[in-house]
Formats: sequence, C-alpha cells, structure tokens
Amino acid sequence: MSEKVLMKGNEAIGEAAIRSGCRHFFGYPITPQTELSAYMAKKMPKIGGVFLQAESEVAAINMVYGAASAGVRAMTSSSSPGISLKSEGLSYIAAADLPCVVVNMVRGGPGLGGIQPAQSDYFQATRGGGHGDYHLIVLAPNSVQELAYLTAEAFNLSEEYRIPAMILGDGTIGQMMEPVDFDLIPEPVYAQKPWATNGTEGKREKNVTETLFLEPSELEERVFEREKKYDVVRENLQRYKSHDTDDADIIIVSYGLTSRVVETAVKILRSEGIKAGAIRPITLWPFPEKVFKEVHPKAFLSVEMSMGQMVEDVKLACDCSVPVHFFGRTGGVIPTPDEVVNKVKEILKEVE
Amino acid sequence: MSNKSENKFHIFSGHFGSGKTEVALNFAIKLKKAGKKVTIVDFDIVNPYFRTNDASKILEDNGIKLVVNNYASTNLDMPTVPLNIMSVFDSDDDVVIFDVGGDDDGALALGQYRQYFEKQGYYMHFVVNTKRPLTETAEDFIEMKERIEAASRLKFTDIYNNTNLGNITDENTLLSNYDEIKKLSKLMGIPISKNCGIKKALLNIPENLKDTIFEMNINIPKPWEI
Repeated sequence: MSEKVLMKGNEAIGEAAIRSGCRHFFGYPITPQTELSAYMAKKMPKIGGVFLQAESEVAAINMVYGAASAGVRAMTSSSSPGISLKSEGLSYIAAADLPCVVVNMVRGGPGLGGIQPAQSDYFQATRGGGHGDYHLIVLAPNSVQELAYLTAEAFNLSEEYRIPAMILGDGTIGQMMEPVDFDLIPEPVYAQKPWATNGTEGKREKNVTETLFLEPSELEERVFEREKKYDVVRENLQRYKSHDTDDADIIIVSYGLTSRVVETAVKILRSEGIKAGAIRPITLWPFPEKVFKEVHPKAFLSVEMSMGQMVEDVKLACDCSVPVHFFGRTGGVIPTPDEVVNKVKEILKEVE
Repeated sequence: MSNKSENKFHIFSGHFGSGKTEVALNFAIKLKKAGKKVTIVDFDIVNPYFRTNDASKILEDNGIKLVVNNYASTNLDMPTVPLNIMSVFDSDDDVVIFDVGGDDDGALALGQYRQYFEKQGYYMHFVVNTKRPLTETAEDFIEMKERIEAASRLKFTDIYNNTNLGNITDENTLLSNYDEIKKLSKLMGIPISKNCGIKKALLNIPENLKDTIFEMNINIPKPWEI
C-alpha cells in the first residue's frame, strides 16, 4: 500500500524532483518559496546530489543553463521578482533548446510587491518572460498532490520536447499543507541526449551549446524550426479539467489556487439552481483552447489573482463568441467564494 | 483542564508543519473556557503564512489577548519578535502561550528570554507529527529535539502527539506510528501528555489513553472554505 505524508507544497516539489532524477538544484532564497531550497539543502547531500545556493538569481539560472547543457536534470526556483531576474537566462536556455524545470511561486507585484499569493505573472510565464520568440511549457497545479505530479511531468515533458518547463504556483500553494502520495507521480522517462556537452572521451565531435548566430537567415531558420516544435506542443499538450459545463449558462475559468475557490463558488451557485460550470487550465502554455470550442455557455468569467491576464487567452480561445467577463483580486488578496458567486449573479442579470 | 497549571508559560515548539499553531490555538481556547486569563504570543519569526495571527478574529471573539509583531500577515517579510513581548513576563495572566516558529530556526529567538522562563516556570511541549517527511522516526525527532533545545536553551517537558494527514486524517492516523513516539518518550525521559486531533481522529483511542485526549477544532480555514 502506498504511503501518504503531509507536506507543504514547496517541500512536495523538492521530493518529486528528487524522485524524478533531479540531482542538480541551484537556489536563491525568496519568500514564499524558500522551503523548496531548504528541503533540497537537507536532502541533496544525503543522496549524492548538488544543492548550491548561488550568489544571485542570475547566477542560479546560468548554473541551470550549464547543468542542462551537460544533459542532467536541473532545477531552480524563485518567486516573482526573482523570476524576472532569471528571465534573461531562461531565454538563453530556450534558445539553446535545453530542458530544465523552473518554479515560480508567485507573489504580489509589480516591483518588490509583497509576499502574499498572486497570479499576476501569467503574462510573463505564458509569453516566455524574457526576450525573443520562445515559450516555456507552463503547468499550474491546484493541490499539493498535483504539484508533485506536475513536477515529475515537467521534467519528462521538458526533456521530451527540449523546452524549459515552469511550475507556476502561488504563495499559498507553496505554503499550504496537504497529504501527498509519491507513488502516484509519473516515473522519470529519460530522453536520449546526443547533444549534451558531457565530454567526448575522444570518441566523437564536440557538442557546442550556442545561442548566437551570425547570419540573420540562420537565426531565422532556428526560430522557424523551434516554432514547428511549439506547434506540436500546442496540438498535443493542452490539459485542463472541467466540471458542470454541459448545461452551464456561465463557465468560470480559473487556474491554480483560485480554481479551489471557484469550485466552492460553483457548488453554492448550483445549490441555488444557477447553472454554473468551471474550466481549469492545467497547461497555461499551451493554453487549452480546444475545450472552449466544445462548450456553449452564455458567458465566460475568468477569475484570477491579477488585474486580468488569462482573460485575454479565454477571449482568444472562444473567439469572443460570447461575452467574457473578469473578476480579480490582486496584491496578495485571494478572492472569496462569495465574491465569485456575486459576480456570477451580476453577469447573469445582464445576460438575461 | 491542565493538571500542571502551576507554571504560567506554555511553549509549543517542534518541526515546521507539525501543527503547533492549531494545537496552541486550541490550548488557548480551552484554558480560556476553563476561566483562565490567557495571552497567546505569535512567536513565528520564520513563516509569513498560516500563523497564529490568521486566527486573530477567533482569539478576539474568545477574549484571548494576542501578542504579535506588527508586520505579521502583511506584505513585509520581517522576522522580528513582537515589540511588546516583554509585557508577558510582567502580566497578570494565568497562562501565556508561545506559538514558536518551526525547527531550530524558529526556536532560536526564544533563548534570549530563558532567564524569565526559568524564573517564572515553563513547559515546553514538543509537538510531533509522524506523517511529516524528515520527522518519521524517534531518531529523526531526537535530532530535531537536540537542535531546538540547543537553539532555545530550554528543555522540552512533554510530548504532544499531533500525527495527522490534514483533511484525510481518519481514526487510524493518530496512533499509526505510536511506537516511534513511545520510543521518543523513553529516549527523552518525558511523557506523552496529549494525543491531539479533530473529533473523527480520536474515535479509536484505546481506553488506557483516554486521559490524554486533546480534541481540536480547526481555526485557520483554507481560502476556499466557507
């Protein structure tokens, strides 16, 4: 029988990463993700892995760049301001088509912002974050169990497609404690890495990790090639969960922690006879747009801990075929189920 | 309710995530209901989330004084002790409860008050949850105990078994690894004074442990709960 333990979200990521074969973690502390670094600092030396606290976020992401280039499973984590610092390095890693996993436990912004939970880094995560034409695979868990599951998935997917993957959580997902069973997470699936800069032993031509191309046409060709890969990912990797959508007059779209609030709101609305349903994107990039063509509500409502970021993807996904509304709290404030219920009632009054 | 009410100070310490805050809150509310004058100190200098201060409304409703640093639950990550902390060593409270941050990191700041605790008498309760990773065996707990006692320069006086699995805790969870806790008790030479849990966690408590039952309510709700 599998054994459940009680863990903080941040710890569960650490344990899932270790079980997924990650032996190289480069950290830099920032609230509210520090427990992940702390867990790795305790565990890695015991299993022959590397935990290194870098001198800065910029250094940490470039250590990941180096480790990923050498073909090992590497990881770093931070929270919003730290992710901004890592963005340059992430762009390089994406440009070099290297796999790695980056965790962002989002806190209030912009600027130094705050330490309470937020979802205001959606644009940054789903549009790449740094400079240039690139994407990250972005996974958004809504429980500690799913955090563990998606961490394992992130390593596998990142290696399969050679695209850096990001776990996009928020402070509360990282800090809250829930039971987790590590027997339920995917096994590591290791890809062949003929490109790895891990020593030729004098037996082959050397590999070079490069992101600089002197001829514009050569760079364009690389970007075109990568875009073809992104198209495959867009087609194959859309993940979501939905409930109560079949007869729904209104469908509430939310991800991560907010989806737990929405789940409660939908229960309240249904108990009052209001036909509300919910879609929860699990992959934020690629956005699960297909499901939006299969449902037929009178309106959508995007609920976020931001000023309205995912709502733009909802509008694109449904081609604005019905009104798309928005409700959000930000700055570290979590929307309450009651607030969502009231917003739905307001919208339905307008629609009818 | 406590048969050891002679000491004024009750310090709850242990591994982070062992449930110290909920145990301390329940302890405060029980004593208040028993007619005691109670103050609780949010002494968490480590964790800005899910802390005593999040239950400030419940404490206020129950007439329990909360001593907490001004920045708790704000957007400032300020690991300081409350400014008015010294007032609890010169108060007319019957009971003062310290909810200490996790691990030795959280206990470090306690040490500076050792002389006051020792002069006025204290209990330091070791809150343990064997369902937490890194603290599953008696040996794990001994390592944690030594680190906390070295950091705080105080000694544990008894054990509060708070073994739980959050929302899937059932009647078998609490005592599922009780042998390790008994072993810990023997190694430390201190008693297991309480077995803690919500009502459904306590259904299978055997007759010989009935006196140790510490029934709890959950005071800090999740954001999606109403």
